[in-house]
Amino acid sequence: MGKKILLEHINVPGINTLEVYRQNGGYASVEKALKTMAPDAIVEEVKKSGLRGRGGAGFPTGMKWSFLAKPEGVERYLVVNADESEPGTFKDRYLMEKIPHILLEGMITSSFALGAKTSCIYIRGEYFYVSRILEAAIEEAYAAGLLGKNILGTNFSHDIFVQVGAGAYICGEETALLESLEGKRGNPRIKPPFPAVAGLYGCPTVVNNVETIASVPYIVMNGGDDYAKIGIGRSTGTKLISASGHINKPGVYEIEMGITVEDFIYSEEYCGGILNGKKLKAVVAGGSSVPILPADLILKTEKGEPRLMSYESLSDGGFATGTMLGSGGFMVYDETTSIVKNLYTFARFYHHESCGQCSPCREGTGWMEKILHRIVEGHGKHGDTDLLWDIQRKIEGNTICPLGDAAAWPVASAIRHFRAEFEEYINHPERIKEVKHLQELVS
Amino acid sequence: MSKEIKFNEETLTLINKIINRYPVGKQKSALLPVLHIAQAEFDGWLSPETMEYVASLLNIKPIEVFEVATFYSMYNLKPVGKCILEVCRTSSCWSRGSEDIVQHLEKKLGIKAGETTKDGMFTIKTVECLGSCGGAPMLQCGAAFHENLTIEKVNSIVENYRYEGKRKSYTDLDYKNTL
Repeated sequence: MGKKILLEHINVPGINTLEVYRQNGGYASVEKALKTMAPDAIVEEVKKSGLRGRGGAGFPTGMKWSFLAKPEGVERYLVVNADESEPGTFKDRYLMEKIPHILLEGMITSSFALGAKTSCIYIRGEYFYVSRILEAAIEEAYAAGLLGKNILGTNFSHDIFVQVGAGAYICGEETALLESLEGKRGNPRIKPPFPAVAGLYGCPTVVNNVETIASVPYIVMNGGDDYAKIGIGRSTGTKLISASGHINKPGVYEIEMGITVEDFIYSEEYCGGILNGKKLKAVVAGGSSVPILPADLILKTEKGEPRLMSYESLSDGGFATGTMLGSGGFMVYDETTSIVKNLYTFARFYHHESCGQCSPCREGTGWMEKILHRIVEGHGKHGDTDLLWDIQRKIEGNTICPLGDAAAWPVASAIRHFRAEFEEYINHPERIKEVKHLQELVS
Repeated sequence: MSKEIKFNEETLTLINKIINRYPVGKQKSALLPVLHIAQAEFDGWLSPETMEYVASLLNIKPIEVFEVATFYSMYNLKPVGKCILEVCRTSSCWSRGSEDIVQHLEKKLGIKAGETTKDGMFTIKTVECLGSCGGAPMLQCGAAFHENLTIEKVNSIVENYRYEGKRKSYTDLDYKNTL
């Protein structure tokens, strides 16, 4: 069993309540931080920990915090990004539903470090029931003097509220999230200025993922150096992985970074192997936006080394032969899966979710969906694969926010690694219906 | 079916509580939550009258409400069934059989995805990833997530909703029961 930080007490009955959470050491970091630490000392510990943003980008959290502008007399905000909408990702939902107080504890401690009087959890609208769980937990925290005025008798006062979204993947992008929080359409802002300078209501704002903030209590209690010893290299700590698709045990697993991908897929502790004893065909390791890899490349790098669950190992080989850890949305596909059809579901998703601000993304995502639709329906044209390649190239890097890249990468990687399958669809549409094992047929 | 577009006192108190979360003058921040409440209270969709009413409550222009209501997928801009069966169809749900679930629902209810049954009870809606990939295939109805669907499970879900006969909204969960 690897080290558990976030899910250590997941199976304790009643861990969702304040009472049981505190019996298991909960809120100790609030006590320690507010009573014995200076705000900047907490930022230093987070820097030392090497904690990186768990929403997908992997940006160093301590560094993000140190960018926060601190003009006199201006409010600062901490906004927790619980808009979890990246296909394949459901870890934050699990954490908030099962242990809501770990997030609140992290928010209070982090807000103290940042000097924020108010913080907010922006949660995707579809998670309405989770928002109610969080609100109930917040109510408990106020009643216990852990929120509100003069927390635990100190000078620090803090308020937390929950804001529900209304169905828009783009609001997971931090500036779109802030727009949405201000009651507007979720159109990403042009940066700079970054939220650290001009965020919510134009005030300095830190936006962090749920899992990131929930990792802060451990760092405050045990020190950044201790946290940095967990994991491997620059991938410090643990990571929540959402495992889904053709595996025996879908679910959320906390892993210590550095375990092998093979172990994660096949061991009983995690995914428990491929469903119905089938063979592994491909994996999308970090949410729909990251490149898909065929079985041989997800299990071993191009150099033949075992692929590890870490930021560095998963991206080893660049996009030619590697991928990204991303949000940890780990989707597994067995040998019967049509990569083209799966890609069509991604393309449809990105077209649906494009905010429409930038032409390459607005037009390109729709175009790619349309082409993929005709291919999977058996009406693909010669040259369609090249056309798709061309379109994704013209989207990537040409948009205000990363949604354009996110829409391009799945298409690029599917063509890069499974080009023959596209051609099979286009050249032999009559076989589509009967073919189950496309990979076997074309290899 | 149509009633006067006006919240009762209890709802207005709740809305004021929401507005008070934000700094003075930033009441527009309450727009998304208030639209959810309006949709739940006024027949499950946002009519132009409802949107104008919300605009007046928040002291913003109707166009500011329209542009938001048309952006987010959870707001319905035309009448819908009492129970909207929202079936996820993105990758993991697709690979675990969401197409069969949609087909079965279409056959069972005699409508296509996007349509509403004649009795106004059900609407089938296909949606993109709802963050329930570990429980694929899944559907959402109101606040409830129904996971690890099978044809039998779908049948009993539909029958239960039909028996209850109530409108299901995202907002209608009593959170106190969750602790």
